Amino acid sequence: MIKFSQRQLRIPKLLRPVYLVTAGQSKFGRAMPDKRTEELCVDALTMAARLIDKTPAELKSYIHSCYYGHFADHFGDQLLGESVIHDRLGLDPLGNIGVKTGGATGGSTLWETVKAVASGYSDCALAMGWERMDEVPTDEGNHLISCAADKDWETPLGHIYTGYYAVMAQKYWQVFGKEEESFRRTLAEISVKHHGYARFNPYAHSPKKITVDDVLASPVVAYPLRALDCCLMSVGAACAIICDEDTAFELTKNTKNKPLRIFVAAGSHTLRPACRRDMDIPLLPNETADQYADLSERFPGVDRYPGFTGFLAARMAAYYGYGMAGVTDPMEDFDVLELHDAFTISDVQTYEDIGLRPYGYGRDYVESGDCYHTNPHTGKPGKLPSNLSGGLIGCMHAVGATGIMQTLEVASHIWNRWAELHEDEALWKAFGRQKPDDWTDLQVKGAKRGMAISHAGVGSHVTTTILMDPDHLLS
Amino acid sequence: MSKQGTVRVVNGRYKFSGEFHHATPNTPITNDDEGGKLVGVTNPRDMTYVHTYGGEAVFFEGLGKGILYGTRCDNPKCEFTGTQYIPFRIHCPDCLGRNTVVDFTKTCRTTATVHTFMVCERSGAFNVLDKPIKFINIEFEGVGTILMSYLSLGEPTIGMKVVPIFRTTDPTFTITDLSWVPEGADEGDLPDGFTFG
Ligand SMILES: [Zn+2]
Repeated sequence: MIKFSQRQLRIPKLLRPVYLVTAGQSKFGRAMPDKRTEELCVDALTMAARLIDKTPAELKSYIHSCYYGHFADHFGDQLLGESVIHDRLGLDPLGNIGVKTGGATGGSTLWETVKAVASGYSDCALAMGWERMDEVPTDEGNHLISCAADKDWETPLGHIYTGYYAVMAQKYWQVFGKEEESFRRTLAEISVKHHGYARFNPYAHSPKKITVDDVLASPVVAYPLRALDCCLMSVGAACAIICDEDTAFELTKNTKNKPLRIFVAAGSHTLRPACRRDMDIPLLPNETADQYADLSERFPGVDRYPGFTGFLAARMAAYYGYGMAGVTDPMEDFDVLELHDAFTISDVQTYEDIGLRPYGYGRDYVESGDCYHTNPHTGKPGKLPSNLSGGLIGCMHAVGATGIMQTLEVASHIWNRWAELHEDEALWKAFGRQKPDDWTDLQVKGAKRGMAISHAGVGSHVTTTILMDPDHLLS
Repeated sequence: MSKQGTVRVVNGRYKFSGEFHHATPNTPITNDDEGGKLVGVTNPRDMTYVHTYGGEAVFFEGLGKGILYGTRCDNPKCEFTGTQYIPFRIHCPDCLGRNTVVDFTKTCRTTATVHTFMVCERSGAFNVLDKPIKFINIEFEGVGTILMSYLSLGEPTIGMKVVPIFRTTDPTFTITDLSWVPEGADEGDLPDGFTFG
């Protein structure tokens, strides 16, 4: 579709307010030979219960229906893995369903869960996501991931998903990045930032103290992308409990969690980038129709939208999500973000798709220092910090869990519980990880609203999950 | 060695012959860090899948004959009638009418330009292309979409003019039977089995 009807552009509406009550996650790592997936899911649900001072059994007694995000069941050779987890969590005979939308699976799982509560079907629902890609060697893993591309038209071309994705990075690099060394260094800065923030997160899979030059010296994966520009492939689980207003306030009474209003919206675009057709740029509330009129003069080579340089799915998810939540300017309205940094360059592309900067100027979000917890140029708090968890590059990408992990991260700032959840020595020790001597509290002070972006591969699915302190709603 | 499975369609049904899988025993996985304690088992799998190209079969058959088929919506009632598609689309994505199959070989020989590219040093299991793989996405005059394929000679650049080559000897009937070379390349330099069609 390249033209939308007014019906299709209608802002989605939830029939009643929906709240995130609590959330949890397991440790994340490259491989976990000592744990079955169900053990990771139990860890996540147990944490969610603990955050609201409940036993797992007490929390479970509220759950009415269950939504499970698990993308790659061909990795584990277990169809209906969702049913295995559901049984092991002791949630039979409640209704449950599996959700899979590639890298956006975690966000899509929340999308379904929120709608279940908004509709009145359930007053309390579980969103649980997980992934494990450690049970095949890397080559076979690359083949299995490439099966998420078009089986006849793309997969036989190398059986390597990076190849289908990276052509888009190349186009962005040449057209908007103008192949500038300064832009290459900005991309590297994102990796330094995300591996660096992961150092303060005991759950994170890849904490690293590195420099821009380390990133630029890492092996080329697909030029200009290098190994340290790429996200992780992780094992782990994450969950969230979604409720209506009465249940949310009952469950959190006398606990440190304030129920947070949650809005989730979704967009999609062609599975094969090849099938993208030229269209007008759909505008966000902070953009005007004339601002892109001379885009191709400013950036020679821009001859299509979204072409291979933008993600229409992200743009549409932002359009629907901002409309639902009353967001008119994401830079002003949000206090903290978790973005889907599959690659450093796609992180920049997303800044534009979701309106943090206009198309062509995404790099400025990093170069200005706005994206940091503490702006390196001014020493003051960053205007809109992103990926303080470490993101997909530093914390994890356990596909079905990722969008839910991001949501927990954003919530932990609004709950003002970030330090509590990350500083406990016993937790670091239990995970067999060394807490750094320079551990730093990354709590975003006074955070009231935030957003997480969940994104699939070449942009086939994207969700926006928006969280707000209910006393600081926008509309 | 048993015969690898093959399939034909007879009387509207698949007729299978040969071996479609090989049973291999599981082996234990033990933990060397903990005195060889059992962790799990390997689950070997060797299967042959069966897959229909359906309405796209004409495209994949055409490649081995040196023809590149695309499609076009000719539905006069479609808002976007006349839109042309490579990759081949059986149905128009707008009106869902059945598209007309069009021989685009000449258009591809004369108007193919590299929209973007990527040189990929790595591949996944089951890859049969030579590495590095030079992925190219190609735009054509009058065509609404941008085909993904691979370059067999030279180094790709954005804006480069390319021409199609086809595996006309022993075709595999997969998308790998189609590749591209820079405009002006010599037939003698083409990979084994490939011709200009
Ligand atoms: Zn049509």
